[in-house]
Amino acid sequence: MTTTNWTPAQPIVSIRDLHKSFGDLEVLKGISLDVMKGEVICVIGPSGSGKSTLIRCINALNPINSGSILVEGQEVHDPALDKLALRKKVGMVFQQYNLFPHKTALQNVMMAPLKVLKRPRDEVEKHARELMNRVNLQGKEDSYPGELSGGQQQRVAIARSLAMNPDVMLFDEVTAALDPETVKEVLLAIKDLAQSGMTCILVTHEMGFAREVADHIYFTDRGVIVEHGPPATFFTEAKDPRTQEFLSQIL
Amino acid sequence: MNGFQQYFFDLSADHPRWNFIFFYDPVQTERVLSGLWMTVQLSVSCVVLSVIIGLVGAWLQGAKSPLVRAIVQGYIQFFRNTPPLIQLLFFYFALGQFTPTYSPDGWLEVPIISNVGWAIISLSFFAAAFNVEIFRAGIEAIPESTQEASEALGMSRLQTFLYVVFPLAFRVSLPALNNNLVNLVKTTTQALAIAVPELLYQMVSIYNDYSTAQYACMVVLFVAYIVLVGLLVFGMNSWERAARIPGYGQ
Repeated sequence: MTTTNWTPAQPIVSIRDLHKSFGDLEVLKGISLDVMKGEVICVIGPSGSGKSTLIRCINALNPINSGSILVEGQEVHDPALDKLALRKKVGMVFQQYNLFPHKTALQNVMMAPLKVLKRPRDEVEKHARELMNRVNLQGKEDSYPGELSGGQQQRVAIARSLAMNPDVMLFDEVTAALDPETVKEVLLAIKDLAQSGMTCILVTHEMGFAREVADHIYFTDRGVIVEHGPPATFFTEAKDPRTQEFLSQIL
Repeated sequence: MNGFQQYFFDLSADHPRWNFIFFYDPVQTERVLSGLWMTVQLSVSCVVLSVIIGLVGAWLQGAKSPLVRAIVQGYIQFFRNTPPLIQLLFFYFALGQFTPTYSPDGWLEVPIISNVGWAIISLSFFAAAFNVEIFRAGIEAIPESTQEASEALGMSRLQTFLYVVFPLAFRVSLPALNNNLVNLVKTTTQALAIAVPELLYQMVSIYNDYSTAQYACMVVLFVAYIVLVGLLVFGMNSWERAARIPGYGQ
């Protein structure tokens, strides 16, 4: 990876005029936003507004059409980019957990540090057990994903991402596939993470949660950021009629 | 003669059509056993080789180069759409003409690939054409999202294939692979056509020499293949059970 003169005083993720189309369908029409180190931001908006596409672009799972995304000063969509180096910095948790079903919970958490970072097994295992405790899953180390509930699987997925010691965590509607009673345990794990100083970008429909943990909230609709602000003012003083309409349906 | 041999000797005397000659004539016993051993060797070699070729083919089918994919596709179409017997004859008689030879004594010219060698090559490529498709189906059954999760963790394409896609795809492929390998073991009998001395070849030779042994030979052939294929199926089923993941795919 080429060296950049990025310093922690600058935004850790910086997006400028991002455009992204799938065929003829333009999903993102010029998105710009900055995330500082340690900040927690929530992206909310109606289905199909491009929220998930936005965060999938940040770790290069989706290519972009134009604009720029800098992570720690490095252009994500530079063709010469070392994608593996990027993905060591940016962790991602998915809506459908996407655990490796043939590996136990602990093995899921250990796989990437062993294979990608090539760290010694005993050290990796110690760290993995700590992470399992951190997401409150002690005793489930040897269970297979198929034997765990949705909420438990999602917490394993969070631990799996954390095992790579990322600088930024992306959460793509991570509670959208869960039963209402297990949503809370996953949100608690994320909240704990956010409060520990991890930079988090969340796409979510959990408004109460967004209000509680976010430093900044972005509302997207039809591929653009309509309005953004800190939660204290965003929920009560929304100015744009689209934001007001969305919030009135949700809250 | 021991009691067992005496029984079959008497049986052939009383019922001339049921001459189990290989159960009392040690020379014929030796022929049957060597045929059986050759069949086992042929089966094991072809099973192993066809699985390896199948895996390589399935991997190459995902290659970026359209030329590589076209070659794999051409190979599959050729071997899947032509009879294995014709393939055996073609490999041995046509390609066999062009293989280099060596001379052990300055007079003889021995081809470096024997008829047994050609049978293994030809039958392995035949079965592997099906294995490629079986593994491809297995690979396609693994959700794109599982691979994305692996790539998002920083794993390379090769690591994702080796540690995530392949272990899952192989489990999906096992039942279909089982079927194809059963067919392969049975198809080894066609090596008879290029004089590979396997079980069917030896049995046919025996009943050509002793026409009264024909029924007996056929009975033993059926029993031998039921047992051989039965062992293979038992092994594959145990493997399938051992590879089962708790809570997955049931």
